[in-house]
Amino acid sequence: MTPVPEDEIRRRQRERARMMAILLGLFAVLLFAITIAKMSINQ
Amino acid sequence: MTSLPISSQAASLPADWRDLVALTKPRVMSLVVFTGLCGLLTAPVHVHPVLGFAAILCIALGAGAAGALNQWYEADLDAKMKRTASRPLPAGRMDRQTALHFGVGLAVFSVVLMDVAANHLAAAILAVSILFYVLVYTVWLKPRTAQNIVIGGAAGAFPPLIGWAAATGDVSALPALLFAVIFLWTPPHFWALSLFVRSDYAAAGVPMMPVVAGLNSTRRQILLYSLPMTAAAVAPWALGLAGWIYGALAVALSAAFLVLAIRVAANRATEPRQMGPEKRLFAFSILYLFGLFAALVADKWILA
Repeated sequence: MTPVPEDEIRRRQRERARMMAILLGLFAVLLFAITIAKMSINQ
Repeated sequence: MTSLPISSQAASLPADWRDLVALTKPRVMSLVVFTGLCGLLTAPVHVHPVLGFAAILCIALGAGAAGALNQWYEADLDAKMKRTASRPLPAGRMDRQTALHFGVGLAVFSVVLMDVAANHLAAAILAVSILFYVLVYTVWLKPRTAQNIVIGGAAGAFPPLIGWAAATGDVSALPALLFAVIFLWTPPHFWALSLFVRSDYAAAGVPMMPVVAGLNSTRRQILLYSLPMTAAAVAPWALGLAGWIYGALAVALSAAFLVLAIRVAANRATEPRQMGPEKRLFAFSILYLFGLFAALVADKWILA
């Protein structure tokens, strides 16, 4: 097995964690916007 | 299915997020998103922009999930073809379990979000389209029959139906015709491509039409399928479901498609470098679908 440098593993984990944080934030905003949009339609 | 000889690094190194994006086949997704958007925009109701955006996002994510699951299942097949050998799984940049988890997660997420943002019908059609692409096309038809594209083409035909259903909550004649257009467009489009990458499919053992039935038979069938496709493309105008702008553009674009299909049918080349008509038809077929759906939206907005 080729050993994988620890730095590279950490770098990828950091990148993925950052990407996941951004996506979760956008998802929360989207859910909020969907709720407001549905409320405005039902009024 | 045999296990893929992935590199030892892929097993321990977390997948790069760019490879997860590549797993969703972004280029295929663009056509899916566009046709879904056109289905939504041609619906005879006002859609709240946020809900419309969410519905299109769900269509995109659903298509991405189907693409990821397709690549997960076909990793060993992709490794045998030049066109697909550099994808994340065959290239050994990702392990298969990551791709499977990503695909299933994205599929469930897209269907649930569609149900929340739009309605049950749109979510149900989205779920059916993902399952159809993965189970019926990828797992069942593609490795078994030369008709894989004919029946499997239905999977790519769902987006305008989903867009319309997300807007209206039902399905009527116009979205059904849009479904028929993409369904009948898929065989000429894919067979044009498979003619000039035939050796790839043959090497991978995929029974695509040119591999099984030969070049000239495939060329004839391209022309034959172009005829009902043209009829379906013109039908919305002929049946009074679209105006003259769509009608004129549908006739012009379909006439050009037929001319290119006739040139393909007349070509007898066996080497990919001599397959100019096939390459032109493949390139034009993408433009054709974009043009047709854009014409429908323009027709609705200008003549409304």
